[in-house]
Amino acid sequence: MAEQQPISSTDDFIKGLWRENPVFVQVLGMCPVLAVTNSGVNALAMGLATTFVLVLSNALVSMLRNFIPKQVRIATYILIIATFVTVVDYLIQAVSLDIHRALGAFISLIVVNCLILGRAEAFASKHTVGRALLDGLGMGLGFTFALLCLGGVREILGSGSLFGLSLFAAGFQPWIVMILPSGGFFTLGLWLLLFNRLKAQRQQRLDGQLAPQEASS
Amino acid sequence: MQTPGNNSAASWPLYRALVGVGMVCGLLIVSVFVLTGPVIARNEAAALQEAVFQVLPGAVARQSFTLGEQNSFRPARADDPPQQMVHAGYDAAGSLVGVAIPAQGMGYQDTIRVLYGYDPARQLIVGMQVLASKETPGLGDKIEKDPTFIANFKALDVSLAEDGKALRHAITAVKSGSKVSPWEIDGITGATISSKAIARILEQSSQQWLPLIYAQLAVLNAGSGGIDG
Repeated sequence: MAEQQPISSTDDFIKGLWRENPVFVQVLGMCPVLAVTNSGVNALAMGLATTFVLVLSNALVSMLRNFIPKQVRIATYILIIATFVTVVDYLIQAVSLDIHRALGAFISLIVVNCLILGRAEAFASKHTVGRALLDGLGMGLGFTFALLCLGGVREILGSGSLFGLSLFAAGFQPWIVMILPSGGFFTLGLWLLLFNRLKAQRQQRLDGQLAPQEASS
Repeated sequence: MQTPGNNSAASWPLYRALVGVGMVCGLLIVSVFVLTGPVIARNEAAALQEAVFQVLPGAVARQSFTLGEQNSFRPARADDPPQQMVHAGYDAAGSLVGVAIPAQGMGYQDTIRVLYGYDPARQLIVGMQVLASKETPGLGDKIEKDPTFIANFKALDVSLAEDGKALRHAITAVKSGSKVSPWEIDGITGATISSKAIARILEQSSQQWLPLIYAQLAVLNAGSGGIDG
C-alpha cells in the first residue's frame, strides 16, 4: 500500500517514525517493549541501544548484500546483529553501570528482537547502504519513541515521577501495577487503541476527500 | 550425480561468507572489548569504592583483604575473586572504622547481592547497600529504597558469643513494626520474602566472616599504613 507512493530518501526515514512504526503499527519487538518500559530512563536507554544496533547491522548487511549467499543469510545476519549487541553491551557498561544494571538481561536479548532481523531481511539486504542507514535510523527512532510513550505513562502512574523527577504531591499513591508486567500490557493496549483510532479517522477523512472527486470526474 | 569437486565449488561462497563475516565480527568485538575494558574496570572500582564508603560512615580510605592460608587475612591482589574479599575502611587519621563485606543469596526472583559494613569496635552492622537485585518493582525492591527498612542497618547487633566463633543472636526478620531486640530486622509489608532474604544473607555471611575478622583485627588495623586517602 505504502509502496505506491514515490520512494524518496526522506520517506525511508519518516516511515519508521509513524506510518510503519515498529511498535504501534507492526507490533514487533514486544519483549523489550513490555519488559523494560517501567521508567522513562530505561525506555530511552533501551530505545537508543536498539537504534544503535539496528543502524549498524542494517549498514553492514547492506554492504555485504552481494557477498552473502541466500542459503546462509539468516545465520550471517544473526552473527552481525549479535556482534553489535555485544558491542553496545560493553559501551553501556563503560558509560554507566547503573543503566546496565537496570536493563540487565534485556541488552543481550536485543539479538532476538525480531524488528532488527526483520529490517535486515526485508530492507537492508535489498537496498543501498545509504537507504539502509536511513531506514534503520527511522525505525530505531520510531521504536525509541514508542518505548518512551509506554515508559512515560508507566513511570508517571506507577512511580509518580518522570525521568526520576517527582511530579505529584507527597499524598500521591503510585499505581504499582503500572510498573509490573501487567501494567505494560495495559499501557500498550491503550496506546494501540489510540493509534488505530487515529489511523481509522485519517482513513475516513481520506475516503471522504476521495469520494467527491470520483463523483465529479 | 555431483562430483565432490562440484560440491566444494558450490559451497565455497557459503564458507567465504560465514568465515569472512565471523572474522570481521570477532575482530570488532575484540577491539571494543580492549577499548572499553579499562573504562569498565574503573567504573566498577569507583562503584565499589562509593558503596564501601556508604556502608561505613566516616571512612575515607579503603584496603581490600582476602583470606590467605589457614584463614588468615592478607591484602588482596587484583586477581583475587571479588566475592572472597572484604574491604577495610579507615578514617582520615588512618584508624579502622569498620569492614565492608560483600554477601549474596537467593531473593524472591533472583540472587540479591549486598554489601554491609561491620564495626568491630561496637560489634554492630552500621550500613547495608543492595548492589544488585531483581526483586519485584514497587514491592520487593523496597529493600533498596524504603527508609524505615534501611534504618534497620544503622545499628544492627551482631555481637559474637563468648567463644567468639558464632553470633550471640541470629539475625532475624520480624513483621513490620514489631522489632524489639537490636538484632531483629523490621520487615517490609508486602515484601516479606525479600526482607527475610536480606536477613538470611546477612546472617549466613556474618556467621562466616565476623569471627574471622574479630580474631584478626590487628592485621586489618595495620592495613592503613600502605594506602593514602
